[in-house]
Amino acid sequence: MADGRKLRVVIAKPGLDGHDRGAKVIARALRDAGMEVIYTGLRQTPEQVVAAALQEDADVIGLSILSGAHNHIAPRLMELLKEKGLDDVLVVIGGIIPDVDIPKLRQIGVKGVFLPGTPMQDIVDFINTNARARV
Amino acid sequence: MKTAADADKPPSKRETLEILPERAPTFRTVSGRPIERLYTAKDLEGLDYSRDINDPGAFPYTRGIHPTGYRGKLWTMRQFSGFGTPEESNQRNKALLRAGGTGLSIAFDLPTPMGRDPDHELSLGEVGKCGVNVTSLADMETLFDGIALGDITTSMTINSPAAMIFAMYLIVAETQGASWNTLSGTIQNDILKEFIAQKEYIFPPRPSMRLITDIFGFCSKHVPKWNTISVSGYHIREAGATALQELAFTLRDGIEYVQWGVDRGLQVDDFVPRISFFFNAHSDFFEEIAKYRAARKIWAHAMRDRFAAKSERSWKLRFHTQTAGVSLTAQQPYNNVVRTALQALSGVLGGTNSLHTNSLDEALALPTAEAATLALRTQQIIAHESGVANVVDPLGGSYFVEKLTKEMEDGALAYFDQIDSMGGMVEAIERGFPQREISESAYRFQQAVERKDRVIVGVNDFVQENEPPIEILYIDESAADKQLAKLAKLRNTRDNDRVKRSLDALGAAARTSANLMPPILDAVRAYATIGEMCDALREVWGEYEEVPVI
Repeated sequence: MADGRKLRVVIAKPGLDGHDRGAKVIARALRDAGMEVIYTGLRQTPEQVVAAALQEDADVIGLSILSGAHNHIAPRLMELLKEKGLDDVLVVIGGIIPDVDIPKLRQIGVKGVFLPGTPMQDIVDFINTNARARV
Repeated sequence: MKTAADADKPPSKRETLEILPERAPTFRTVSGRPIERLYTAKDLEGLDYSRDINDPGAFPYTRGIHPTGYRGKLWTMRQFSGFGTPEESNQRNKALLRAGGTGLSIAFDLPTPMGRDPDHELSLGEVGKCGVNVTSLADMETLFDGIALGDITTSMTINSPAAMIFAMYLIVAETQGASWNTLSGTIQNDILKEFIAQKEYIFPPRPSMRLITDIFGFCSKHVPKWNTISVSGYHIREAGATALQELAFTLRDGIEYVQWGVDRGLQVDDFVPRISFFFNAHSDFFEEIAKYRAARKIWAHAMRDRFAAKSERSWKLRFHTQTAGVSLTAQQPYNNVVRTALQALSGVLGGTNSLHTNSLDEALALPTAEAATLALRTQQIIAHESGVANVVDPLGGSYFVEKLTKEMEDGALAYFDQIDSMGGMVEAIERGFPQREISESAYRFQQAVERKDRVIVGVNDFVQENEPPIEILYIDESAADKQLAKLAKLRNTRDNDRVKRSLDALGAAARTSANLMPPILDAVRAYATIGEMCDALREVWGEYEEVPVI
C-alpha cells in the first residue's frame, strides 16, 4: 500500500457450489481491515472472475472453493490472468483443499491456500504482506 | 472474630463468588443467548403442564409425538452418501441393502441440483464430486438397477429440479411394476432454504413455489405415502444462523409452503401430514434440545390454530436431524468424533425421528468408508448402550430445559410477526431479510472465535503443532468422463423429435396454471435430460440472481 491507495480485493465463488458463508465472512473481514472488497456473487466462471478483476483494477483475487473443483478452476484462472497481463495480481484460495493438491496450486502461482480454521487475521496479514497496489 | 460455629457454616453465594469468581462475566449459548446461573421453579411460572408441555403423544407434542418414545421403535439411522457415477452408487447401495439396511439416502453432485448437464461449462470439475450425477432417466435406471423400489424407502436430497428427479424415480418404479400407491420415501424439495442459505436455486421464488405445490397436489392423488418435502433448517444453521434463527426461519418456511398449498386449492389435511422437517444438531447441548421441543409445539399450534387442520397427523412435526458439519475441525480431526456424539445425543434427547451422524474427516473431504462406519457406530452406541432411549423425554420438567424451550418458542413467534408483517417468507427473502440476519450471525460468531470468547478445541486453543495427516478420500475425475460419454451417446440414440415435442409441451404448460408433473413425466419418459427440462422452464421463468449481502 505504498501509494496509500486501499488494496482492491475481488472475492469470487467460482463453480456451482452455493455455500457462501466463508466467502462472505472473509469479504467482511477484509473490508473491516481497510481493503476495498468486491464480492462477485455466486457461480462465476474463471472468465467472469478475470473480467471482474480487470474491470475493478484488483490487486488481489480471493477464491472460495469447497466442492473439489479447484483443480479445474485454478489452472484456468491463472492461464487467463497471464493472457490478460494480470499475472501480478495476488491469487489466494480458501476452502476444502486436500493437502496433496496444495503444491500443485502453488506451482501454478496461487500464493496462499487457506484451510478451514484459519483465523481471519492471518489472511488479512498475508494479503497485506504479499499484495502490492497496482499503479 | 470468627467462631468455631462460623467456620462450619457453608459459605454464602457472595463468599463463594469472592473466593472463586466465575469464569466469565456472562455465559452464553453457542448462539449468543445469555444463560443464568441457576433455573428454579420460579422460571416455570405461567407455564401450564397440560396446555404447554403435556405428555408425549399429546398436543402440543412438546415432549414428543409418540406416547412411548423410542421404547417402541428407535430413530431411523439414515446416513447420507454418494459420489461418482450411477453405476458406482448402485453397487454401494446394493451393498448397504445386503448389510441389512432398508432405506437409502441419495446425495447428488452439484450439476444435478443446479439443472445442468455434465457438458455445460459450469459443470467443469463438478461432475460426480459431491454426490452422484444423474442426468436422465437412463442414469436413474442404472442407479436403482436390481433394487426393488417397492421394498425400500429412499430419501433424495434434491431441491430446484426435485420434480424432474422424482419423475425419474416414479418411472423406474413403474417399469419395475411397483405401484406408486405403495412407494415411500422423501424428496427434500425445499426451495426457500436455498434462497435463504444454501443457494442452489434455479428459478425465481414464485415459479419455484408453484413447482412445489404441483408436487404436493400430484402426490396427494397419486403417491400418497411419499414425503413431499423436508423443510430444512440444517443449511440455514450451517450458513451461520443461530439456533433461534434456524428454528424461526425453518418453521416459517413450513408455514409458507402450507399457505401456498392452501392458496392453490389443496385441503390442509390432504398434504400437510406428508410435510417433514430437517434440523441441525449443533454444539450447545441444551439449546438444541430446547429447539426441537419448541419446534413441535409451534408447528402443532400453527397447523391447528392458523390453518384449522383437523387431523392430528397434520399437527405432529416429524423431523430428521444431522449433526453440524460446520462444527467439525480440520485440526485434530479425531476430536470430531466426540463433537458428533454429543450433538447426536442432543438430537436423540430432543426426540428426533431419524438421524445422520457426520464423519470425523468431513472438514477435509468426503468421508472414507472407515470414518462413515464409525459415525454410524456412534448412533448405535447411543441407542443400545447409553440407556437414553429407554425413557421418553427424560429432560421434560427440567427448569432449565422447559424455560429455554419457552424462550425459543417466544423468540420464533417474534420472528414470525416480523416476517408476516413483510407479507410472508417469499417477500422477506426478496427483501434479503433472513439472508442478512444469517450473515450477521455468521460474522459475529467468527469474531467471537477470533477473540477467543468462544474456544474451539484444537483451533484457537489447545492447539497441537505438526499434526500427522490422516488418510482421506480422494475422488478422481473418471466419473465426469464416463458421464460425458454416456450423455453424448444418449443424445445420438434417443428419439430427438419426441424429446423436442415433450420439452415444448413442458414450456407451454409452464405458461398456464396446469400441474407440471404430467408434462415433466412425459419429458422424462422421452429421455430428456435434466439440463434440457430446466432450460425449457428457464425460457419461461428466467433464472434467479440474488443481490449478495455482505
